Amino acid sequence: MKTKVLWIQGLACNGNAHSFLTYSKLEQFLDDFEFIYHPIIDSKFTLSDIVNNFCECEILLIEGSIADDYKRSHKSIVEIIKLYAPHVKKIVTVGTCATFGGIFKDSPYENSSGFLYLEKEKIDKFLEYEDKVISVSGCPVHPEVLVNTLYMIKDKLELPIDTFHRPKEFFSFTVHNGCTRNEYFEYKVDNHNFGEKEGCMFYDHGCQAPFTNGSCNKILWNEVNSKTRVGQPCMGCTEPEFPRINLYETKKNMGIPQYLPFGVPKRAYLTLSGVAKAFKISRLEEELF
Amino acid sequence: MAKPTKEQKRELIMLGALRLFSTEGFYTTTIPDIAKELKMSVGNMYNYFKSKDILAKEIIKYISSYLGSELRKINDKDITSKQKIDNIVKIYFETALQKPEMIEYFLRIYLSNREVFKDGCEGMICVTDFVTEIMIFFEEGVKSGELRDQDFFSAFGLFMGYLGGMVFLHGEKVLPEKLDSYVDDISHNIYQALKADEN
Repeated sequence: MKTKVLWIQGLACNGNAHSFLTYSKLEQFLDDFEFIYHPIIDSKFTLSDIVNNFCECEILLIEGSIADDYKRSHKSIVEIIKLYAPHVKKIVTVGTCATFGGIFKDSPYENSSGFLYLEKEKIDKFLEYEDKVISVSGCPVHPEVLVNTLYMIKDKLELPIDTFHRPKEFFSFTVHNGCTRNEYFEYKVDNHNFGEKEGCMFYDHGCQAPFTNGSCNKILWNEVNSKTRVGQPCMGCTEPEFPRINLYETKKNMGIPQYLPFGVPKRAYLTLSGVAKAFKISRLEEELF
Repeated sequence: MAKPTKEQKRELIMLGALRLFSTEGFYTTTIPDIAKELKMSVGNMYNYFKSKDILAKEIIKYISSYLGSELRKINDKDITSKQKIDNIVKIYFETALQKPEMIEYFLRIYLSNREVFKDGCEGMICVTDFVTEIMIFFEEGVKSGELRDQDFFSAFGLFMGYLGGMVFLHGEKVLPEKLDSYVDDISHNIYQALKADEN
C-alpha cells in the first residue's frame, strides 16, 4: 500500500522540490508513496483542497521557512501545519530553511524560522510536535537522503537522530568524510583554483566540509559528484548558521581558521598543521596530469 | 635520596649540556665533556642520547616546551591582550635572567646552526609548543577585536624579534639599564604595533 505524503511549502525557492525530482528512481518511489499534494508533481488534491480541509496522510513534508504572516492559498502556513501536525505519524522538515530558517529567516516576514529551530536555538512554535520531527537539512536537500529517510519511516526502521533531529545514518559524518582532496588537507596544500582537481579548499577557499554534517561525499549527487570533488568549497548548507557570509573565503584570525574541524582542539590543530606545513610534498604541489 | 627515573636523568643531561653549550660553545663541547660534567660514563650517556645532534634537537624541544607551558598559563588567564603582552614580555625577560642558557641556546645555537637541526626540526616542528601558544595569543586577540588582523609572521617577527634582540643586547652587555626595567616600554611598543586600528 502506498504511503500518503503531503508536501507543503512555506517561504521557499522551490530548490528542494526541484532537487527531489533529480532522484534517479523516482518512478519506483512513486510506486511506494503517493503525494496527496506536491507543488510540482501532479496530485490528487489541489492546494486549496489541502489548506481548507484535512486530507488523510501519514507524513507531512515541510519545505521553506515558516513565518506567522505567510499564507498559502489565503491561509496562514502556521494554521495549515496545525491542521495536519496532530494527525500525521511523522513531520519531515525538508531542507535547511524548514529546519533552521536558512536564507529566508532574513526575509521581510517577521519571526521567520525553521520548524523547531531558529539557527541553533529551539523555538516553541511547534514544540508539542517535537517527537514526530525528522530534520533533513541541506540547501537543497540531498534527494537520496530524503528518499532513504522516507523509506526508513515507511518501513518502520529504527531512525536514530542527532540533537537537531537529523537522521544519524546520514548526518553523523562530516562532508570531509570521503572527500577526494583529503591528501591535500593532511599536508595543508591549498594551491587551488576553482574547478581544478588539485588542492584542498579548507585553508583559503572557504570550504566548510570538516565542520559540516552531511553525506555529500559518501552518497554522491546525481550518483556522480559532489561540490568538493568538482572543485567548489562545501558551503556548510546543512548547518544551522547557513548561509554564512563570504562563502569562498576562509575566515582567519591572524592566519588561524576561525572554524576548525569538528571536535579538534585548537592546540591539537595548530600542532598538527605546524608539522604538516614544515614539509614540502612535491607530488602534491604539482598538477595531477 | 631516590634514584632519578630515566626521564629525570634525561632532563639532568639536557640541563648539563645546556650549561656547557652556552658557556663553552656548541661545537667545542663534546659528548665526553658533557659526561664528565655529569660524572657519567660516556657509554652510559649514549644510552640516553645517541648523538650530540639528537641531544641538540631534544634540548630545543625541551626549551620550547618550558616556554610554551609558561605562555599557556598566560593564555589561560582571563585578561586583555594588552595585559597578556605585558605578561609575556615579563616571563621572557625573567627566563633570560634566571635561566639565561635557555634563551642563549635558542638565539645562538638553534637559530644560528640550522645545519644541525635540518633533519627532524624542519620548519618550526621543534618549537611547536612555544609557537602554538603565540598563535593562540594572536588569534584570541584578533577574535576579541583588540588586535589587528594581519599576517602571522609579520606579527610574530615583530614580537619575538624584538624580545630576542633585547636579550641579545643584554647578553652583549650593551644595555645601560637592567633588562627588566625595559618591560613597560617594550610592552607598550608591542601593543601599539599590534592593536586594532582605531575607527
